[in-house]
Amino acid sequence: MLRILLERLKQGHRTGAFPAEEPALPDRFRGLPVIDSTKCRDGCRDCVDACPTRAITAKTTDTGRTSLELDLGRCLFCTDCVQACPEGTIAYTREYRLATRARADLMLTDGQKLVLAQSLDEKARRLFGRSLKLRQVSAGGCNGCESDVNVLGTLVFDLGRFGIQFVASPRHADGLLITGPVTKNMELAVRKTWEAVPAPKLVVAVGACAISGGPYVDHPEVMNGASALLPVDLYVPGCPPHPFTILDGLLRLLGQIEVGER
Amino acid sequence: MAAADAPRGLLLGNASAAPLASVPLLPFHEFGDALVAAAEAGVRVAALFGQPLFAEASQHPRQRVRLHAVLADAERGRLELLASDVQESFPSLTPRCAQLHKFERELLEQWQLRPIGHPRPEPVRARLQERFFSMAGEELHEVAVGPVHAGVIEPGHFRFQVHGETVHHLEIALGYQHRGIERSLVGGPDARTVHRIETLAGDTTIGHATAYCQLFEALAGGHAPPRAHALRAVALELERLANHTGDLGALAADVGFLPTAAFCGRLRGDWLNLTARLCGSRFGRSFVRPFGVSFDVDDAQAREMRDAVATALREVRGAVQLLWDSPSVMARFEGTGRVATDVADELGVVGPAARASGLERDVRTDFPAGAWRVAQVPVSTAGGGDVFARAFVRWLEIQRSAQFLLEQLAELPAGPIRGERTRLLPGRIAVALVEGWRGEICHVALTDEQSRFARYKVVDPSFHGWDALAHALRDQPLSDFPLCNKSFNFSYCGHDL
Repeated sequence: MLRILLERLKQGHRTGAFPAEEPALPDRFRGLPVIDSTKCRDGCRDCVDACPTRAITAKTTDTGRTSLELDLGRCLFCTDCVQACPEGTIAYTREYRLATRARADLMLTDGQKLVLAQSLDEKARRLFGRSLKLRQVSAGGCNGCESDVNVLGTLVFDLGRFGIQFVASPRHADGLLITGPVTKNMELAVRKTWEAVPAPKLVVAVGACAISGGPYVDHPEVMNGASALLPVDLYVPGCPPHPFTILDGLLRLLGQIEVGER
Repeated sequence: MAAADAPRGLLLGNASAAPLASVPLLPFHEFGDALVAAAEAGVRVAALFGQPLFAEASQHPRQRVRLHAVLADAERGRLELLASDVQESFPSLTPRCAQLHKFERELLEQWQLRPIGHPRPEPVRARLQERFFSMAGEELHEVAVGPVHAGVIEPGHFRFQVHGETVHHLEIALGYQHRGIERSLVGGPDARTVHRIETLAGDTTIGHATAYCQLFEALAGGHAPPRAHALRAVALELERLANHTGDLGALAADVGFLPTAAFCGRLRGDWLNLTARLCGSRFGRSFVRPFGVSFDVDDAQAREMRDAVATALREVRGAVQLLWDSPSVMARFEGTGRVATDVADELGVVGPAARASGLERDVRTDFPAGAWRVAQVPVSTAGGGDVFARAFVRWLEIQRSAQFLLEQLAELPAGPIRGERTRLLPGRIAVALVEGWRGEICHVALTDEQSRFARYKVVDPSFHGWDALAHALRDQPLSDFPLCNKSFNFSYCGHDL
């Protein structure tokens, strides 16, 4: 027992002060991409072709210029478009706040500000704002998103202090947190789990797979994400999203971080 | 030792390629005899897979399929490649060689090739299993768990035959994570290929990406420079450290020992953050690429990383030592979920699971490629084959991997991090083995006349491993299942592809 206490002293207090303090992210962290189509060479489609998930589309405007649109829900936050473009049209910032309430809000164009998730309406906030129990369902996820959801339970993030908890049964849950592209082989299990959650209920889609199919988009074995089956209330982009991206999204949904507060 | 002494097949080193035409094509009975004899001589079957001879007729039930086998002879550090053509059915080799049983089920599922006499010709992943082994009797009952589990983990189905509290048989049915990766790799490489590879098992991004890149380089006749090999090895060991540390924490949690669970949960993140320092992603995404790596470290960064490794190792040591010092933990770990050495060997188990059952197999030592040609890590084994042995092997590997990092980061080879890019050559076959944190990752690729992938075979260590879990549960209390499962921590998505 004394050994355990001594080790506890050595290990120290590790729970971060998020959201009061900004999280420490690595120098090379790839967060929100920014686009500057004015740098595009005429007719160049190199980033479009390089993108593994066809997240980037190029349109030609009335004035004959190229205008890029990036779907954050498909983006793997890889470096392929950056490497394909000598002009530096697309660059990653270290902005980790990425979660939105609407799928359409994930479509980025030049200089556009990301519309971060608004909180639930008053009634839902009264229900879930200080106590949200989620059932996690991995449906074809690669254990990347699952791991970084799991890590929210560790003492660094300490999800419990926000009243959020993962529960063992859908009967005890207020909603589902889906990871993975939703494989055909998981379709029935996802439906049944959803039906077992008492209403009113929420769906959180975490990661590029759960939003759009991710690296498996349009494979016949998958359903291109959770919205094929369920009404999604929160989209958390990334491959996988950083744990702070997921936490920020959940707290915004519950109104524990207000829009404009940060 | 006859088969191993007088090889019938084409001999190949790890991470190298050969013309497809140079693989000896044997009549099936000779092919089968060679596989069985090799297994009896202690040579493992790293891969066995089919390739339809006429791609356009791939759905035809009577198509001819070429079987390719990769035998891994650890003693001689060489791989042996054999091929044989079959049609419709073949006499199952599983009764003579148990480690082939899953491969034969896969041949049935993928190419409708019936292994005549196979004891359990059930689907592997593409379709979900519907029939289960069951026992009858008044006091017997069946317990079904999954696909959706209580924790934040991947889906799989477990069917237990239980008498009182004792498990007599466990059948593991997977496939819920099947997203069609192998199929989608054919016709590549393309813009998405490496990303599918990196997410074969997302917690083994570096391991699978390294196997892919070694394969790519072999097929293209190109090279990654020594600095890139060293940085890949650094990332591979960080991946091992993160997962092993996390596993020890999770094992502690499963026996209700919260101090180590809490400490290791945090420390796992420290290892992941080191990987993020390297490449921006905690899981090593976009780091390992054909002919090199995407990010370099300067001397100051390498020094900082060394300091962080030393600190993390010290803290993991403190957290893990509590496990061995706590009689209540040891009482739960020792003797639980035993897999005997001969069972592990017969099933062809790899990685820490095999080493915990006393089998000395480690790709880093047996088939060194990349940085492992010049650097060594001692193989960590334990004897008991129980939960304790699987935990202890992880602890040994944590110490040795951390030591390796301290050495590598102190003297990274100078030079570029990317070699010259060359194109894939047509009509070749290549094999790459990498010791991921779960064990041997095997990738095999065949190129067609247009230098595209005609077939890409992935064997995740979990493919060999899941049956060891089923064996570990025999005659165990049902309530020990979570602990046993965690002690292996096999991949669902890596198996289901």
